[in-house]
Amino acid sequence: MERFTRLDALACPLGLANVDTDQLIPARFMSRPRSEGYGRFLLHDLRFGPEGEVLGFALDAPRHAGTTAIVARRNFGTGSSREAAVYALWDFGIRCVIAPSFGDIFASNAVKNGLLPAQVSPDDAESILALLDAAEVPRLVVDLESLRIAAGSRSFPFAIDAVRRLQLLNGWDDLDLTRRHIDEIAAYRARRVAEAPWILPG
Amino acid sequence: MGQARTLFDKVWDSHVIVTREDGESLLWVDRHFVHEGSHHAFRQVDARSMALAEPGLTFGVADHYVPTRNRPAIGNPEIAGMVERLSANAARHGFRLFGLEDPDQGIVHVVGPEQGLTLPGLLVVCGDSHTSTHGAMGAYAFGIGASEVAHVLMTQTLWQRKPKRMRIRIGGALAPGLSAKDLALHVIRTIGADGARGHALEYAGEAISALSMEGRLTLCNMSIEAGARCAMVAPDAVTFAYLRGRPLAPQGEAFERAEAAWRGLASDPDAEFDRDIALDAAAIVPLVTWGVSPEDALPIDARVPDPAEEADPARAAYLQQALDYMGLKAGMRLEDVTVDRVFIGSCTNARIEDLRAAASVLIGRKAAVPGLVSPGSSRVKAQAEREGLDRIFREAGLEWADSGCSMCVGMNGDLVGAGERCASTTNRNFRGRQGKDARTHLMSPAMVAAAAVTGRLTDLRKLAGG
Repeated sequence: MERFTRLDALACPLGLANVDTDQLIPARFMSRPRSEGYGRFLLHDLRFGPEGEVLGFALDAPRHAGTTAIVARRNFGTGSSREAAVYALWDFGIRCVIAPSFGDIFASNAVKNGLLPAQVSPDDAESILALLDAAEVPRLVVDLESLRIAAGSRSFPFAIDAVRRLQLLNGWDDLDLTRRHIDEIAAYRARRVAEAPWILPG
Repeated sequence: MGQARTLFDKVWDSHVIVTREDGESLLWVDRHFVHEGSHHAFRQVDARSMALAEPGLTFGVADHYVPTRNRPAIGNPEIAGMVERLSANAARHGFRLFGLEDPDQGIVHVVGPEQGLTLPGLLVVCGDSHTSTHGAMGAYAFGIGASEVAHVLMTQTLWQRKPKRMRIRIGGALAPGLSAKDLALHVIRTIGADGARGHALEYAGEAISALSMEGRLTLCNMSIEAGARCAMVAPDAVTFAYLRGRPLAPQGEAFERAEAAWRGLASDPDAEFDRDIALDAAAIVPLVTWGVSPEDALPIDARVPDPAEEADPARAAYLQQALDYMGLKAGMRLEDVTVDRVFIGSCTNARIEDLRAAASVLIGRKAAVPGLVSPGSSRVKAQAEREGLDRIFREAGLEWADSGCSMCVGMNGDLVGAGERCASTTNRNFRGRQGKDARTHLMSPAMVAAAAVTGRLTDLRKLAGG
């Protein structure tokens, strides 16, 4: 997994709340192999019309070419557990999403793919959205070591679970960590089945 | 130990293999359900050339992409490929598959409890957010992403940080004609679509005890729409009666021993919750959603919001965008909203009790709009046909189809057309959920049936005797 330490980002303000994973990638694209790249499916139906025409959504504006971070309102990534939502963000080039709250499953999926879900206060989200709108170049710097976001002359704190922070900083893979506990897993299984044999399917 | 524990605490504690210094725990997984959409995870397993850790605890269910008509033929090769890939993975890795032609096939969150695979006190995961459903049996059940699915396939474990504990006590009794779906929508509109985020939710109170197993499954199913990590109901006589004799549940003496253990799965009287909320079931009226989030629910006799009356500009903009997408006028009466079609189905509301409730409204009546009825499982379908419910739906003019996720998510091609409005028993009214530019109104099966009869959103209490 790629490490995340510090991101000097062109950032796109999406003033949307409740951006669910059905919007991040509509279901009809999920049977496609990842090898094709999922970036063009990101927020597809907000970006493209029935004939594939570009609708002028913020992400496609010339001003936001090369965006690597997005800023949204509350409850980003709510809904379906589809990790494809993270694949779409990642393949598009997004490495960080800044919002006041995230769907739990989305946040977990994000970290497992090296994408940072940075939680800010609702007031700070509004300030960052306004700063990006007003800035000549919509740029911000996200520093995972210090848990700060710098935008223009201002700096904002953000939060992330301490373990997830370390995983991102180190690029840790869960499976490598789990393999260290192989004996404990086997012992647990034997104990559990002995104590409650009914847990095994009939 | 010795300390008072909640139901969630007890199930959590019994699954901890190790807890790291940083607070993350490695948990044992008792049941892992996979479906066609799990292909990303199997690719991760293949990339590491790993075998499944516990094929005997892994169960495949074909539901997301299966056709609901003319089985087993699948016209679209891309969709057929998804169903075939699951079969191939089941054969190669040696786990039981409830496949397209299996008489026990159905939607994973209907099949698990129905087969007796989901039991009280188990830890259940699936790469699907509505896995929260299984918590209705007193299980700790939650949806996971593809990387976690791959981790469970390879290790039968999962790293988790213990969520906070939240209880929602619902006292009083639901009015006649109301159901668990109204309870669920009431909870979500009260606490918000992220109101239970980061929390393990337990439902308690007399309105919960009074619910059937089907009703509890509906309520826990929708809890992910309030952002809950999982939802649980303590197992009781209703749970035990539901499970006794299920094909893959413990049988005979093993069941008696299991039930004795399950009786201990209740929150201790003095157990503490991080949040505790009390609601009154008697205050609830039939609810429908008007917007693009399940929290956008209102009593059927209400009017849709008017952004002009909203002081917060961000909120006003949200309301206006939702109204525009839904094709509604600010302040209009919900009962004046006409619908183009109805859908009765999904892991939320397609169990036998749901079909009975819808049929009881439709009996002797004609639907004013087309509609699709897709039972929650092939077993539910067979039972409904034994009870003659299929005839009631057909005679009303609705289509009676096979079981799958169908028009809830549209992956199999059962779609609501662009700009069309659908009264639906499903769980998500997100933009584009039922099809590109489709407009979804969520409500109970009885309310969907009432909308089918009149062709508009309808207070079923006014329809009675009509």
